Amino acid sequence: MSSETNVIEAKVRGYILENLMFSSDESELANDASLLERGVIDSTGVLEIILFLEGEFGIEVKASEMLPENFDSVNNMVRFVSRLQGAR
Amino acid sequence: MCGIAGFFGVLPAPAEARITLERMIHTLHHRGPDGYGFHVGSGIGLAHARLSIIDLVSGEQPIHNERSSVWTVFNGEIFNYVELRATLEQQGHRFYTRSDTEVIVHLYEQYGDAFVEHLNGQFAIALWDDERRRLLLARDRAGIRPLFYARAAGSLWFGSEIKSLLTVLPQCATLDPLGLVQTLSYWGPADPDTLFKGVRSLPPGHLLAIADDGSETLTRYWDWSFPPASEHAGKHRVHDSVEQATAELRALLIDAVRLQLRADVPVGAYLSGGLDSSGIVALIRHFTATPVRTFSVAFDDPEFDESAQQAAMVRYLDTDHTTLRCSRRDIGEAFPQLIRHTETPVLRTAAAPLMLLSRRVREEGYKVVLTGEGADEVFGGYDIFKEAKIRRFWAQQPASKFRPKLLGRLYGYLDHSPVASEALAQSFFKRGLEHIDRPIFAHAPRWITSQRALVFLSDELRASLGDWDPLTWYEKRLPADIMSWSPLGRDQYVEAKSLLAAYLLPAQGDRVAMANSVEGRFPYLDHRLIEFSARLPPSWKMRGLTEKYLLRRALAGLLPDEILKRTKQPYRAPDSQSFFFDGKPLDYVADLMGDARIRAAGYFNAARVGRLFDKCRHNRAIGFADNQAFVGILSTMLLDESFLRRSGA
Repeated sequence: MSSETNVIEAKVRGYILENLMFSSDESELANDASLLERGVIDSTGVLEIILFLEGEFGIEVKASEMLPENFDSVNNMVRFVSRLQGAR
Repeated sequence: MCGIAGFFGVLPAPAEARITLERMIHTLHHRGPDGYGFHVGSGIGLAHARLSIIDLVSGEQPIHNERSSVWTVFNGEIFNYVELRATLEQQGHRFYTRSDTEVIVHLYEQYGDAFVEHLNGQFAIALWDDERRRLLLARDRAGIRPLFYARAAGSLWFGSEIKSLLTVLPQCATLDPLGLVQTLSYWGPADPDTLFKGVRSLPPGHLLAIADDGSETLTRYWDWSFPPASEHAGKHRVHDSVEQATAELRALLIDAVRLQLRADVPVGAYLSGGLDSSGIVALIRHFTATPVRTFSVAFDDPEFDESAQQAAMVRYLDTDHTTLRCSRRDIGEAFPQLIRHTETPVLRTAAAPLMLLSRRVREEGYKVVLTGEGADEVFGGYDIFKEAKIRRFWAQQPASKFRPKLLGRLYGYLDHSPVASEALAQSFFKRGLEHIDRPIFAHAPRWITSQRALVFLSDELRASLGDWDPLTWYEKRLPADIMSWSPLGRDQYVEAKSLLAAYLLPAQGDRVAMANSVEGRFPYLDHRLIEFSARLPPSWKMRGLTEKYLLRRALAGLLPDEILKRTKQPYRAPDSQSFFFDGKPLDYVADLMGDARIRAAGYFNAARVGRLFDKCRHNRAIGFADNQAFVGILSTMLLDESFLRRSGA
């Protein structure tokens, strides 16, 4: 994992823990856990995450990219952000 | 409309009994500011706070029968009292007042405990039979009027609001964790449970008999009930045609409104701008001689405001109208008073503007308002019914790409709609499809969302609940034959029992109107309409995804097309945004949600609440779950401050 990816992961994890799980306990959030299935996010929660990712990483999420496979876990979000950043 | 309180059992001395009753009933002054009445006998005490609406001259309570052997105090209205009185007089009963209350004692003489089945009304009744030394408590079918009771020190104590019980039973001022998690999950406590340990709410449609030896017999005399789904088709169908059903519905609606306009004071109506309240006002306008005086709430925020529709209806129906403009700050500042009246946490602020509206109604000289409450439950109006219909349709072919696209037809009125992204909405609503064969199928997504608030509970409180599961727990309360009903019937039942009876009727109905000595009346909850609608084929209630189809037909010609065809917009108000201004919380919010107060109360995890607080303060809480959690926690803390104390504190 590159250092850039590590930074993305840390920021995404920090945001989800702080704003969606209201916790500081890192062990509560596994990177591969489905956030929808665990009830951590509902569909408006995903909108929150998208707003955060766009603001934090300077990316633009197109409607066609608003898919569970891009946002349903920390790993998925890190991959998605890295891909968009790499494409710039 | 009034407040009642009393006791049955081991008595203090008679003089002390009267003082005790006065303490109890004085807490209910807002429910009945027009006078108090008492009856004290051996082992029994009844108290009444009166809001005089029918028989202003001689309607004081308690009221008794000819021999003074049966006494009653009651809160509410018996709308068919004129007809009941005529029949009772033919049967030889003699009346000494013109009030609706008096029919209760004579009906009891005539029919015993079955008296309650003859009543068309909204009521909480305490009836004392001196000869049998027996107290009866009864509550109306839908749960419009509240009635609470508790046992202590050899007596049973009852009252219209819990605060009347707390004056004599301070030990009940302790939070019941089950009542709290029920509220955070279902939006209100599930009767008989309340937020107060040892205090029970008499369930709607029930009669409680307490004998002289203290034994209790709880009887359900009425319930929302639906026929087996097979009876909606073919030869079992009650109505020959939709035209016949439409005509019958219109006649019932006219009669329900006619009965509910009975009063010896002027009657007004709420006008929200939607189909339901507009329908009530149109029925008053077209079929009665009652002058039409209407009231509504308007918001600055266009996401919540319906004033354009309200204005259109005012013009169309030519009513004398008052609009109360309500700001976010108005809501935030009124919220503590709201919780003193609801006596339970709430997950939305929507009750606060209605409390402010009832104050305005009272200032304008009105004591009674008719509203459109109940139409969505009775005639199938809520988005949750549509959502469930789509999810059931989808569950039959889970691989279908087309079926879940129908979800896009929902929630268009929300700024941050959960269906804004089709793919994400599908993955959200797909959760719970596995519950397809359970009666709580429709409500599972809502309750799972609400349940996210449980993450904020303190470790101690969570531990006290064990493995409590909101879906399984609620399912055990449902009728044994519910799965034989149509899916819409099941959904209507759960909605009527959970949201309507536990939240809408108390928190947005009785409590906020009575806070200002105003009586709300709800023609759509006339039990004849509920029973009529239950027999209808589901497709006559929801046709495709058009809600309240038969009601729209029945109101056709009375309302403009834009109202008749308008898709339902639920009544909502700004939530967490009502408590922060320029990033600063209102003073009491900062205090109650602060680390020290949260820790001292012990119900919630202070660190997690702190993070939620910051999120709301920075206006980043855009979804239902966060807003509901914030409002639920804040209102629990207000409840704590107003009423509760920790065990052992």
